[in-house]
Amino acid sequence: MIMSKVIIPKLQVERIISALKENKRLDGRSPLEYRDIKVERNLSNSAESSVSVKIGKTEVYCGVKMAVTTPYSDSPNAGTFMMTAEMHPMASNNFDMGRPGINAIELARVIDRGIRESGFIDFEGLCIKEGEKVWQVFVDVIIVNDDGNLFDATGLAALIALGSAKLPVYDKEEDKLEHELSNIPLPLNKELMSFNMTLYKVGDKIIVDPSREEEEISDYRLSVAFGDNDGEARITALQKGRAGVINTEDMKNILKVVEDKFATMFPKVKTFVWDE
Amino acid sequence: MAENRKIVIPGETIVTGGNYLPSDGTYRDNEDVVAMKYGLASIDDQRVKVIPLSGKYFPRRGNTIIGTIVDITMNGWLIDFGAPGKSFLSLNEVPRYINKNELRDFLDFGDSVVVKIWNIGARGIDVSMKMRGFGRIEGGMLIDVNPNKVPRIIGKEGSMVRLIRGATNCNLTVGQNGKVWIRGDSLDNEINVRKIVEYIVENSAISGLTEKVENFIKGLGLTVVKEERAPVSEEVKGEEIVSNDENKSSEDSIKDEKVEEVKMEKTE
Amino acid sequence: MVESLYKKRIDGRAFNELRPIKTKVGIIPSADGSAMFETGGTRAIAVVRGPRTLHPQHMQDSKTGILRVNYGMMPFSVWDRIRPGPSRRSEEISKVCEWALSSVLDLSAFPNSVVDVFIQIPQADAGTRVAGLNAAAMALADAGLPMKEMISAIAVGKCDRTLVVDVDKAEEDFHEGEGPTDIPVAITSRTKNVALLQLDGKISVSELAEAIEMAKVACGDILKVQMEALKNRKGGDDNE
Repeated sequence: MIMSKVIIPKLQVERIISALKENKRLDGRSPLEYRDIKVERNLSNSAESSVSVKIGKTEVYCGVKMAVTTPYSDSPNAGTFMMTAEMHPMASNNFDMGRPGINAIELARVIDRGIRESGFIDFEGLCIKEGEKVWQVFVDVIIVNDDGNLFDATGLAALIALGSAKLPVYDKEEDKLEHELSNIPLPLNKELMSFNMTLYKVGDKIIVDPSREEEEISDYRLSVAFGDNDGEARITALQKGRAGVINTEDMKNILKVVEDKFATMFPKVKTFVWDE
Repeated sequence: MAENRKIVIPGETIVTGGNYLPSDGTYRDNEDVVAMKYGLASIDDQRVKVIPLSGKYFPRRGNTIIGTIVDITMNGWLIDFGAPGKSFLSLNEVPRYINKNELRDFLDFGDSVVVKIWNIGARGIDVSMKMRGFGRIEGGMLIDVNPNKVPRIIGKEGSMVRLIRGATNCNLTVGQNGKVWIRGDSLDNEINVRKIVEYIVENSAISGLTEKVENFIKGLGLTVVKEERAPVSEEVKGEEIVSNDENKSSEDSIKDEKVEEVKMEKTE
Repeated sequence: MVESLYKKRIDGRAFNELRPIKTKVGIIPSADGSAMFETGGTRAIAVVRGPRTLHPQHMQDSKTGILRVNYGMMPFSVWDRIRPGPSRRSEEISKVCEWALSSVLDLSAFPNSVVDVFIQIPQADAGTRVAGLNAAAMALADAGLPMKEMISAIAVGKCDRTLVVDVDKAEEDFHEGEGPTDIPVAITSRTKNVALLQLDGKISVSELAEAIEMAKVACGDILKVQMEALKNRKGGDDNE
């Protein structure tokens, strides 16, 4: 099924770009300003954790499920982690039915990398019996409404879901997983938490948290996953998307934005994840 | 104005009696006139209809709509306006003579236009920009609103639009299809118009809307100007076409064809 | 007359009592219509997009719009994670829901178009398809589509020899005596016709007739809830 490509009216493109020259966006935000973020927990009472994250009108659902499995032979004392993302057609007229397309695959892999490489998940803590039994962690994301910035919404939802997940009750003797949760939190290295922020080049500005239209007309996007390394920003994953190129000036600006956002945004993310 | 307005759901009996005439959004089931849509039931002179409160825009002859050129054919342009299918603007429905080679010079891909629906047939929807007040639009910004709220944004005989214009010194053109074109002397004012329109949409169901909107405008630091005609900026030409029927309330959206100030763009 | 082994419901409800219902219309801003319907531990969301042009072209019907329903459960909606993607079960449920909804919808005004209804279950405790149908009916109304009447649905169950309304998971797993029988039913609001009917288990003819009558009464109660949700929808809706 082929959906028609989105056409942004010329006058709108011109307005978005001219507004950015005045450091404003069409909804009154400044270039580096996020929309309101809202979190709702416990969407499902059958999940190890489940959350809904809204950034403006964009909404994603995310749930953590776990199972017990045999470890990979090259890492006999480590649990496993897998992330999926579904750009479900209920969320947008531009999403098709069927197997995940390249956009959904990229989305899942980028967020997965940022989390996996940071060391946030304590893989050894997920070991039940070396070489025989380990915990398998599934993080499934479903996009429920697309109004731009799926990367950051997905990344934040995954962090919050992981941060609030509890292990299911597991009977080692019987090798049986009960349909109830224990009080044991999913093993995490909290201080290694890494947040994904995606920067977009629109007109001659770098912005965050784009609207659907801004996304559509952007030259490129750069997803940056970063965490706290003793008070300094530490980058754990990067992904440049779309065909535009990053010039030297942009690169400098981007790195500055990362440092600024580490100071202003990262503390907010922590309060969402740890529900403080 | 009919005060017998209540919200009905499909399958609900609105009124009983053979003398009633089922109109838009209703059907007859023996003695009952039954709702066929979710919306506001309205009885006017024995004619019963349901005015939808939500859902997509349903094109109607005579509607003014705002859309984008998405394709150019041998003898006209295809315009997307947020409903299934595209509407067709023929060479013959523009104000001056265009020959087949000049199509793209006159209206190009991505151009935005204000047009009027003059025919809805099996093949599709035909639109025209021959009349005064219609044509290509440039500058400003576009926003999308729920098309069912358009009457509230326009207001009784354009009163709400005039209120917004007076306070922000911006022009706004509201298409029946839920596209709103905002153009003013500054980005800040255009953003203010956007916020006001969004406020109206969010609070459309409550009574005393005008007063609430006036307070909202004041809250933005703007002044409420109580004038008959709003100040017109020099760049904008066009005329205000107001429905002739004085008795129509702003909720009677289906036959309304209010077009507010539109800039007629000459392409040469 | 043999007495039933199921004398009291596991959660204490009366045999004809519904679980508490929560519902809301207009939950997905970019959709043409949407609704949430929650009954006990089961929550369903329904999203309508359309009418919109149907691709590929050869599937188009020049006489009328077509309805397409897609039902799915979210991976974390049940204890044993459901792998993302369609299953044979979800395809079948999609189809029976599609038949039920198309019986009240009139899409003759939208030739060559499609109306897509997406039913998704974030949390499941039995009765997911009927919760989904209840949500879908409200979402279709919310989308302003022509519908002759509404549709309401309920799962009637039989635990051993006792008929109960609005089966929950615990009752679906009741295996004593004749075991569990699950009967999802959808009833049209005005004509009171049966638009969806399925059964698995064991039942006598007279018990089935009684089950359908119980379903009609329950659906009448559900219709009241759907009506109230639609009538009390705030003007400040999320749908744009």
